[in-house]
Amino acid sequence: RAMELPPGHFSAARAAAAAVGYLRYLRGGPGCGLRLRELRRARRQDIDDVGHKYYLDLELEDVLDKDRTVSCTAEVLYHLGSKTSAPDVQLTVQGELRSTEEADKEFYNRMRSLEKELVAENIPDSHGNVPPELEPIHLLAWVASGYVIWQNSTENTKFHLAQVKHVQQVKRNDEDLQFDFVLLLHEMVSQ
Amino acid sequence: DQVLHIVPETIQQVQHLQLLCSTFMLDLWKPLLPEDIRAGEDLHIRVPAPLVQEVKDSLAQHMISYRVLIPDVQKLVDQSMPRERSNHRQVSGGYVYTEYHPMEEIYQWMTQIQKNNSELVTQHILGKTFENQTMYYLQISQPSNKAKKIIWMDCGIHAREWISPAFCQWFVKEILQNYKTDPKISRFLQNLDFYVLPVLNIDGYIYSWEKDRLWRKSRSPYENGTCYGTDLNRNFNSSWGSVGVSFNCSSDVFCGSGPESEPETRAVAQFIKSKKSDILCYLTIHSYGQLILTPYGSTTKPASNNEELMQVAKEAAAALKGKYGTSYRVGSTALILYNNSGSSRDWAHTIGIPLSYTFELRDTGTHGFVLPADQIQPTCEETM
Repeated sequence: RAMELPPGHFSAARAAAAAVGYLRYLRGGPGCGLRLRELRRARRQDIDDVGHKYYLDLELEDVLDKDRTVSCTAEVLYHLGSKTSAPDVQLTVQGELRSTEEADKEFYNRMRSLEKELVAENIPDSHGNVPPELEPIHLLAWVASGYVIWQNSTENTKFHLAQVKHVQQVKRNDEDLQFDFVLLLHEMVSQ
Repeated sequence: DQVLHIVPETIQQVQHLQLLCSTFMLDLWKPLLPEDIRAGEDLHIRVPAPLVQEVKDSLAQHMISYRVLIPDVQKLVDQSMPRERSNHRQVSGGYVYTEYHPMEEIYQWMTQIQKNNSELVTQHILGKTFENQTMYYLQISQPSNKAKKIIWMDCGIHAREWISPAFCQWFVKEILQNYKTDPKISRFLQNLDFYVLPVLNIDGYIYSWEKDRLWRKSRSPYENGTCYGTDLNRNFNSSWGSVGVSFNCSSDVFCGSGPESEPETRAVAQFIKSKKSDILCYLTIHSYGQLILTPYGSTTKPASNNEELMQVAKEAAAALKGKYGTSYRVGSTALILYNNSGSSRDWAHTIGIPLSYTFELRDTGTHGFVLPADQIQPTCEETM
């Protein structure tokens, strides 16, 4: 009962954006940024009294390891008539994502060794540039925006992170790192 | 030379690939040694140009699917070398096409281009923007006694899509630099005139440089100056106001107070109408999305010449992909993107221009509107 969708169809692309948001939230980090390379296959199932479920085959890549292909299947369920609940997303990543333990540790130590709390704005800048030392913060913004995008996705939205407007590190008494982000999200359909 | 990306599925495929590598002495980029080739793992091989077809045939024979990772190794090598500026100097005194330029510099560039290429280029006034900026288009036309059809291309209808005006400038430069030596371009110019509008929404573009990088619309005031800007690509007279728009000025898809309510829209529409029987093709350049969009946005009912539109677009997408492997999807806006009305492309088609396309350039969301300047060159080269 699942209908095949042309992968170029807008409903498939929107579901894929929601799935990628959720994936970034789950698996992203300062040393790992996942982006969608291609939506390989999409199917849709209309489930009575429940909602619309999309089955997606995604081809992704880690922007820090572009030669490798990351394959992932996703199920995105948009609940019927719900304006406030996020779609349910189930993901299966094929194979192992490369370990970011070293990169994460390096980032953590670097942040801890800063004399003043980190502040930055406009990442990337107007010309698309991200200074290399801010790239991990940029990727953390992908994680944060992934969560927000997933939570706010519907069948009528297609969100992408447009720019990090502002980031402020928050001083803490414990050993955790905290960053407050102001993010600009682009919603393709309503612009 | 090309680099192919293969993920072998079975032991038989692995063995065949190992055989290919040793028989043709292919350059394995990943893994390092043929004995490390494994089913389910990425394989990257560089195939010398004379062997490309034979290797691809052999893969096809054994049902091994592949993807072209690098379509032209030499090109990539050349790009990583510091570029020579002498070519650019010829055409317009050292203008850097691989950077984004503010409107002031684009105005200067147009003047220079006409000055340095006066045998081919004339600059014309199209109209004025709301803030009274002059809209100029460039006419690239080889003198001839035969009447020529026109290809129209406009860029920058949406302020934040900076790669779009960058492409228009690149396009002009490419034509002027190569028309004497490139047989395809010289043939084009024998039969066609190009009319290029490098920035349609000048007010918005300036605003995106000075105040808000992600601004989209024009800068005309509404509601007593409490709200600014019409989405010029919802303002044309094609099912205006029917779908995919807002009547609220604060929306990014505010369609204006009526069809062609904006001076920018009127300037373009008037001109195109006046030349419509000679215009063969209407192109409007946007970002982002990597799409070649055909009419219509307001309905899924196909355009009258849909087959022709799709065929030409598919060939364009294939040619584009052949350059750097970039994938563009092709189809109508209503099917691929969303419903909208009042777009310039739809309007051009309804008044009778047979080939009407919206190009959404790189990328697909990773950088979106803030595409890094180092992608200007590959984006423009593949789109040419």
